Amino acid sequence: MSTATVAPTTSATVEFRSLRRQFGTTTALDGLDLTVEPGELLALLGPSGCGKTTALRILAGFETHDSGEVLVDGEDITRIPAHKRDAGMVFQSYSLFPHLTAADNVAFGLRMRGVAKAERRRRAQELLELVGLPQRAEHYPHQMSGGQQQRIALARALALQPRVLLLDEPLSALDAKVRLSLREEIRRLQQELGITTLFVTHDQEEALSMADRVAVLRAGRLEQCATPSELYSRPATAFVAEFVGTMSRIPCSRTADGQVEVLGRRHAVDGALPADGELHVLVRPENVELAPAADGPAQVIAASFLGAVTRLTVRLPDGTEIKSDLPTEAASALPLGTHATLTLPTRPVLVDRAPTA
Amino acid sequence: MAQLISRLRVWRGAVLLLAGLYFLIPMAASVWFSIDDANGISFDAYTGLLSAPGFTDSLVLTLELAAVTVVVLLLLLVPAMIAVRLGAPKLRPVLEVVCTLPLVVPPVALTAGLIGVLRWGPDYLMDTPFFQTFVFIQQPEFPLVLVIAYVLMALPLAYRALDSGLRAVDVRTLVEAARNCGASWPRAVVSVILPNLRGALLNASFLTLALVLGEFTTASILGFQPFAVWIYSVGNSQGQMSVAVSVLSLLITWVLLLLLAAAGRERRHKTTTAS
Repeated sequence: MSTATVAPTTSATVEFRSLRRQFGTTTALDGLDLTVEPGELLALLGPSGCGKTTALRILAGFETHDSGEVLVDGEDITRIPAHKRDAGMVFQSYSLFPHLTAADNVAFGLRMRGVAKAERRRRAQELLELVGLPQRAEHYPHQMSGGQQQRIALARALALQPRVLLLDEPLSALDAKVRLSLREEIRRLQQELGITTLFVTHDQEEALSMADRVAVLRAGRLEQCATPSELYSRPATAFVAEFVGTMSRIPCSRTADGQVEVLGRRHAVDGALPADGELHVLVRPENVELAPAADGPAQVIAASFLGAVTRLTVRLPDGTEIKSDLPTEAASALPLGTHATLTLPTRPVLVDRAPTA
Repeated sequence: MAQLISRLRVWRGAVLLLAGLYFLIPMAASVWFSIDDANGISFDAYTGLLSAPGFTDSLVLTLELAAVTVVVLLLLLVPAMIAVRLGAPKLRPVLEVVCTLPLVVPPVALTAGLIGVLRWGPDYLMDTPFFQTFVFIQQPEFPLVLVIAYVLMALPLAYRALDSGLRAVDVRTLVEAARNCGASWPRAVVSVILPNLRGALLNASFLTLALVLGEFTTASILGFQPFAVWIYSVGNSQGQMSVAVSVLSLLITWVLLLLLAAAGRERRHKTTTAS
């Protein structure tokens, strides 16, 4: 993509206040409170049915909410129809108009606004250059690849210089390689234009790599909204910890002084310690150290090569399986079947109730 | 394997030949009958058509009826089908049943029902708009009652054609994308959905046109004389001319079908050569 001459948009603040939406007996949004700052790319992340797409569609004007408010720059937009909301959207499915060329697709919004034909063509060409597809101007959607179609859709969404850009899983239908390059391009473009962007995804890697902040939703409620690094290193809840990245659960017991004892060592607890029930400590693979030891309690049962690191899975005598990321060279000293000692980080650990079977 | 393929080819050829003969022999016989003359070949039956009493009137009436039927049908069906698809997808089976229902009602039964309704009307209602409406829709110059009947008869055919067109388009996403680009509801439908339903709209129109061109029962029982009824009446007195008209109407239908196919092909060609 080139840095074209398209004028930067006026970015806006978006606020969801106590937003609720019920579909029959299903609660899609259960009092969502969230603010997107001007020029920020905020990813809405969560499993299917968590309400992330509903929130986006409410902001776009395609869904209504039962209660709460949606504010853009402090103005309640509830009563503004979708076609007047000043929000450009890229859809999950290919949404280009099949009967129009790429240039006509991009210029569609301008045509709806009554912009003169010559000006439309000029602006469409600029936007096509912005997304790196000027040579595709006269191509129809079916003559373009999925990645190209989504780029054109992005250009179309930006054509009216919206205050907010909405991305509804725009990369989910693309193959891995295209997805990777397009997400970098979307991010670069968003930063260049400084446009407030709400990005819905269920792919945690996508969210962490693209967003300024990530909001994790669960059952219509906000679990945590933080920067990617904070979300990863200091998850607020066990759900966030397990949804973002990989976690191993290790049984532990509580001590009288409010700590937990795991694998024979005491650990301070990060956050609140559940009052009752069986407990598990949650640890990330990169925080678990393994060292070869013939009498060690852990036995290597699986290894997956991930490039610079290799992820080993070890099993404890009680059957607990723990993942550990080691530099590939170090991992070669631990072939399948070998025993090892296992060390957890000394910093406070996240503790959760053991899931009921 | 090769033997099996060649045997299959022979069978395919035989079936094609038989099917071709089934259609072509009656047509060829009709053409031969219409031009056969005691003195050799004569095209009098065709040349005399234009001057035959009632030919132009009945043909024009039929084309007018067909045009109005197509317009009324599409104006009724297209918005209803799009609205159901977007707003109430659960009602789709209901709409489908309602639109397919006329298929199981024979034209004779439909016409009998229409006659029953049209004949009803006590004398004291004679000066009311209600009664005058009944009279108005039965004017011989342009019997609107036939349009009502034809709309009902063509409903299943047009529904099927439009439904298959709508299935090929992601109506919801396209409308939402259009609205997101600043198009109001009606503009989104007109600018985005209808152009992508072009083939389906042409199909529905053609099927309706073909039905109206050939419809005989209702028009005949209700006492009007569109083209099909005129052909029949001519057949009683001028057999050769009535067959000539039938051949001609078959040709008109073919031409319309070819135009439809050409329109579709032109669009495909346009989209594939754009690269």
